Amino acid sequence: MKSHTLSVLVENRAGVLSRVAGMFSRRGFNIESLAVGPCEEPNMSRITIVVNGDDGVVEQVTKQTNKLIDVIKVSDLTERESVERELALIKVAAESGTSRAEILQIAEIFRAQVVDVGSKTLVLQVAGDTGKIDALEKLLRQYGIKELVRTGKIALLRGAKTVKSSK
Amino acid sequence: MKTGARTLIEALQREGVDTIFGYPGGVVLPIYDELYDSSIRHILVRHEQAAAHAADGYARASGRVGVCLATSGPGACNLVTGIATAYMDSIPVVALTGQVPTALLGNDAFQESDITGITMPVTKHNYLVKDANDLDQVIREAFYVARTGRPGPVLVDLPKDVSTSVVKGNRPLPETVSLRGYQPTYEGHVRQIDKAIDLLVGAERPLVYAGGGVVLSEASPELLEFIETAAVPVTTTLMGLGAVPGDHPLNLGMLGMHGTQSANYAVTECDLLIAVGVRFDDRVTGKIETFAPNAAVVHIDIDPAEIGKNKKVDVPIVGDVKAVLRAILRRMKKRGDTANWVARINTWKAQFPLRFRDDERLHPQYVVRQLSDVLQGEGIITSEVGQNQMWTALYYRFTKPRTWITSGGLGTMGYGFPAAIGAHFARPDLPVVDVAGDGSFQMNIQELGTVAHYKIPVKVVILNNMYLGMVRQWQELFYDRRYSYTELPPVDFVKIANAYGVEGIRVEEKGGVREAIETALATDGPFVLDFRVEREENVFPMVPAGAAINEMIGVREE
Repeated sequence: MKSHTLSVLVENRAGVLSRVAGMFSRRGFNIESLAVGPCEEPNMSRITIVVNGDDGVVEQVTKQTNKLIDVIKVSDLTERESVERELALIKVAAESGTSRAEILQIAEIFRAQVVDVGSKTLVLQVAGDTGKIDALEKLLRQYGIKELVRTGKIALLRGAKTVKSSK
Repeated sequence: MKTGARTLIEALQREGVDTIFGYPGGVVLPIYDELYDSSIRHILVRHEQAAAHAADGYARASGRVGVCLATSGPGACNLVTGIATAYMDSIPVVALTGQVPTALLGNDAFQESDITGITMPVTKHNYLVKDANDLDQVIREAFYVARTGRPGPVLVDLPKDVSTSVVKGNRPLPETVSLRGYQPTYEGHVRQIDKAIDLLVGAERPLVYAGGGVVLSEASPELLEFIETAAVPVTTTLMGLGAVPGDHPLNLGMLGMHGTQSANYAVTECDLLIAVGVRFDDRVTGKIETFAPNAAVVHIDIDPAEIGKNKKVDVPIVGDVKAVLRAILRRMKKRGDTANWVARINTWKAQFPLRFRDDERLHPQYVVRQLSDVLQGEGIITSEVGQNQMWTALYYRFTKPRTWITSGGLGTMGYGFPAAIGAHFARPDLPVVDVAGDGSFQMNIQELGTVAHYKIPVKVVILNNMYLGMVRQWQELFYDRRYSYTELPPVDFVKIANAYGVEGIRVEEKGGVREAIETALATDGPFVLDFRVEREENVFPMVPAGAAINEMIGVREE
């Protein structure tokens, strides 16, 4: 069992996300993360899905996803050279001067940005691979995380290669 | 001024639709008003579920796309079982549903249901049309998607204002449909085909396992030529019955849970399994680890997702079964030596024929045999689900594709009677008989109204044992004969038929079977035959759930 990152190019139509996500859930495929947004072409979207399973499961996931009429292309980026990023916003308690200073120091090490400063809280923005965000989250827990949101992973192939409609 | 409803009717005519099975309601009134003076025949069913099954039966009997129509909300929801049935068996159906006006969408309006959401898991694709100007294109795509590639049901949801609004201008419709996310592969990969041929030539005990895909792709002639040329025995699934003539010397009959002994033994002993248009359904394979345990597997299917889904495959060939078999026939230069294997199979066939206790009592298998003898393959048989279905699969001799219409994947009780109605409109030249159980028949018994109304000459053969027979059989075998809620009180089906204006006969003795069947077939209109059969008869052979398919029960060892 390991995580696979799938890049799914879809028609930009109402209900497509529901078709893809619904197919995953009813076939018992476990979605770890899912991110969706517009891509380089106006009438397409790109969904990045992280799914856990052995090779057989991932093969089925890929084939079943490909079967959907609105899905243009599915690529498994796992074994290929790719850049993967996730974005998180973390609202952390920063009541005393000491903890505030420490949090800012940690943020600097992680290249996280402070995007909001309140009298009792800081909001950090951090981008990176899943492991980095997990690590930051773990460190900040001791100060008290008030709220946290993560985007889910997005990924692109490195170099000139692209995941494009071959059709 | 052309409305959306008018556009819809014209688009359906352009697709060659001659018959629609449907039920009117508030939001589809504009469509019904256009239907009123169109050339398309509309059959008013008594329940929307029957409309979907009838469209499905029409598609299976004709090879064309079946069409059903229902209103929004409850009407649309009632189609769901029929759509799911078609989906599981890959049947091309276009389901048209009314929807509340777009302005009310999502407001929980009267008779609103999110039917595209509801049917997403049971359609190949579906559409919610929000602009009447898209209708032409959507209808064309819907029919294209339904019938091409691996066929399946497509639903088109039509809000009332889309039907009533005026369509602007005549947007030219492209000649062909091109969907970049949908490009089925028809031709098999040549290298894979050659690999399969090499395996075949080298195999000592090859076996073809053929299914519904053969029927769907009209590949029966190619399959027959293939098994004869290569001298390979063949077993078919429930859905594949009729793809190969039932009495062909190389045909082992059906395999699986209620398969013949020879078919199941052949699967277990074969060294090469050529799976053609099948999906390794659990009702076929039994315990998957012991299914064809010593065989290399070649799998030919148009749907890549079926390959390797349940069983590891050595040579996958993605493509249309007909095209792939043609390519194999073209490229196969020699054949292997299967004489010993065929001889072994013939020994099994002689040793383990299908049989039942044919005494003076009225056994359901006897009724099916008589029906088979009378019709001689010249007719269409539909079935309900359960014992009636399995007895028909085993004891009726199917000789041609598209003459056996049954709910294989979903196992829908109540399917056969409305499907028979659809089959009649597809093939009015052939007699159509629904073999039913008393339980299943009561699931869509209201369609007696439809057959009476249009004088549809569908015959219903009820194998009446006053039980939910198959469930009772499981209770007998696996639940210590505790018949929990499977006994049905006697029903006077002849009186019910008569009340609808349909003729019927009850038969309680073996002697009356033949004459009753002949009388029903000689009668012009619909007919109901109520056979009061042996109550606790079982379907054998049987593979208990979870067992290997060569571990059958209810067989007499020789």
